[in-house]
Amino acid sequence: MSAREPLLSVTGLTKHFPVREGLVVEREVGRVRAVDDVSFTIGHGETLGLVGESGCGKSTTGRLVLRLIEATGGSVSFEGRDVLALPPAELRALRGAMQIVFQDPYGALDPRMTVEDIITEPLAIQGGHSGPQLAQEARRLLDVVGLASAHARRYPHEFSGGQRQRIGIARAIAPKPKFIVCDEAVSALDVSVQAQIVNLLQDLQQEMGLSYLFIAHDLAVVKHISDRVAVMYLGHVVEIAGKRDLYADPRHPYTQALLDAVPVRHPRLRRKRARLTGEIPSPLDPPPGCRFHRRCPLAQAVCSAERPLLREILPGHQVACHFAETTGKSPVTGPKP
Amino acid sequence: MSAPLLTVTDLTVAFRSDEGMVTAVDRVSFAVAPGEVLGIVGESGSGKSVSALAVMGLLDKAASRVSGEILFEGENLLALSEKRMRTIRGRRIGMIFQEPMTSLNPVFSIGDQIVETIVHHERLGRQAARERAVAMLDKVGIPSARRRLDDYPHQLSGGMRQRVMIAMALACSPKLLLADEPTTALDVTIQAQLLDLLRDLQAELGMAVVVITHNMGVIAEFADRVSVFYAGRVAETAPAEALFDRPSHPYTRGLLASTPEMAEETDRLRTIPGTLPSLAKPPPGCRFAPRCDWAVALCDARRPPLEMVGEGHASACLRAAEVAGGTVA
Repeated sequence: MSAREPLLSVTGLTKHFPVREGLVVEREVGRVRAVDDVSFTIGHGETLGLVGESGCGKSTTGRLVLRLIEATGGSVSFEGRDVLALPPAELRALRGAMQIVFQDPYGALDPRMTVEDIITEPLAIQGGHSGPQLAQEARRLLDVVGLASAHARRYPHEFSGGQRQRIGIARAIAPKPKFIVCDEAVSALDVSVQAQIVNLLQDLQQEMGLSYLFIAHDLAVVKHISDRVAVMYLGHVVEIAGKRDLYADPRHPYTQALLDAVPVRHPRLRRKRARLTGEIPSPLDPPPGCRFHRRCPLAQAVCSAERPLLREILPGHQVACHFAETTGKSPVTGPKP
Repeated sequence: MSAPLLTVTDLTVAFRSDEGMVTAVDRVSFAVAPGEVLGIVGESGSGKSVSALAVMGLLDKAASRVSGEILFEGENLLALSEKRMRTIRGRRIGMIFQEPMTSLNPVFSIGDQIVETIVHHERLGRQAARERAVAMLDKVGIPSARRRLDDYPHQLSGGMRQRVMIAMALACSPKLLLADEPTTALDVTIQAQLLDLLRDLQAELGMAVVVITHNMGVIAEFADRVSVFYAGRVAETAPAEALFDRPSHPYTRGLLASTPEMAEETDRLRTIPGTLPSLAKPPPGCRFAPRCDWAVALCDARRPPLEMVGEGHASACLRAAEVAGGTVA
């Protein structure tokens, strides 16, 4: 990342979903702390991978950044503008610059609209384009994402999963965005098709200078596509680093467990591993202190008492663990940065 | 290899559809020895799950046409009555599916469901069956098993539900377990726990397993031998290590190269161009030929036979030897 201001700065982002009970008189009986005090930046043309298991808050984070749902707290700065505070008209104007590609391309495409109408809808909403201009633009976009322009008049059900994801991508790039949230965008695809879509996303990034927040649970795909990677656990970011550092020298015990759980590449590499025991606790009542401490092999008394904050222990490598200096391959010495 | 426990020969399954008869599985053969783990790997539409359903006799007879032979412990399952099949299914062949929530009955406690399986197949009183159910839940790593017996499926997490499914499938000590995408819906740390569990149980009980997956990682972790399915046919079959060392079918090579875990660190992933052919109008010869970099004119002329390329290693490719050598076409 250059010394330039990052394209996107997320600070202290928080989302609590109230849990209500009572048929006549509703009252709040608890809060699901889906996203809690999450901070990260994404540079121009950069891909930040966001990984974690079901319920860790990664998809909610993506929606909060785009303000598809309203945050409980924190701020999102996009090109210096405070996204969470923008009035509706300005937010609408900004929407073209910030787009999203969803996991399930079928659920995300209106079955009664032609492909042409689907992918040019963002432009039609922006206004200023004639019908023929939109039709021409649709054909150009189809070509860019690797579909035949003859497909423009067809409906989503006529396409395979991979082709539908290309349509979803065409719609996302139509308003010439700078930033796209890819929310499990390749997770539902067969592996040979997944590789095609990953390559397409990388080509578009090159050509258009796009930045991605690439949300996925597949650590190998994230490693392939990302420049930096953030790991979430139970609403918190527990580690962020450049991808080589994160995969070669993970410092948070949860990141270590996550990487250790990835299947081996070859049958000869099978080994007995110390597996993470237990399951992710409920975000309704997260453990105090470090949210990982009850499953952590290294936990000490301090871990249940005090929440470890995300701090930089090596250049560009942030970890939220009280013992991050000693958890890696080589201990970090010298004064704490 | 000792005498196989299960031998599937020329299995063919066709379904009626709007486009006419669709041959989802086209003369597929594979065998599993006692105590062996066979991995069947393939993408959507490869016929891997349909083959498993055929072995279990679970295909809708009105909508499908099944031919070939499925020999299990010397009996041809395709010739058995439904009544006889019911004594095999669940007792001598256990099965677990991808979605434990849809395979468990939501209105019965998990204990009742395991007990019912045991009582159905064995002359065992309910109390003894209940004790067996506790032992099974304990064996699959459900904490405080006795207390969880009265839980309903919705009270359990996805990983725990899959453990219950495994307990139920193994309650009558089957000789063979069919596991169809057993970890696909689960997170990676839970997947790792379950693969460890399945491997431990398989070794302890000495049962054979057929694990069906789209994930080469599951194969690398678990399978002794592998059959690679493509568009309703077996493309390649090999001992697991040989498959990863010397993939001898262009589809297997493509599958490995497009899997990020398996690929070398590169800027671009290798892809397989195009998409799966329509099974209603499949290509005339090799079904992979339209997507294959190695294809020659002869590939369109006839179906390439599975031919041996090494010890227990066969490939249905006319150019298997060159493909195994790895020189690019």
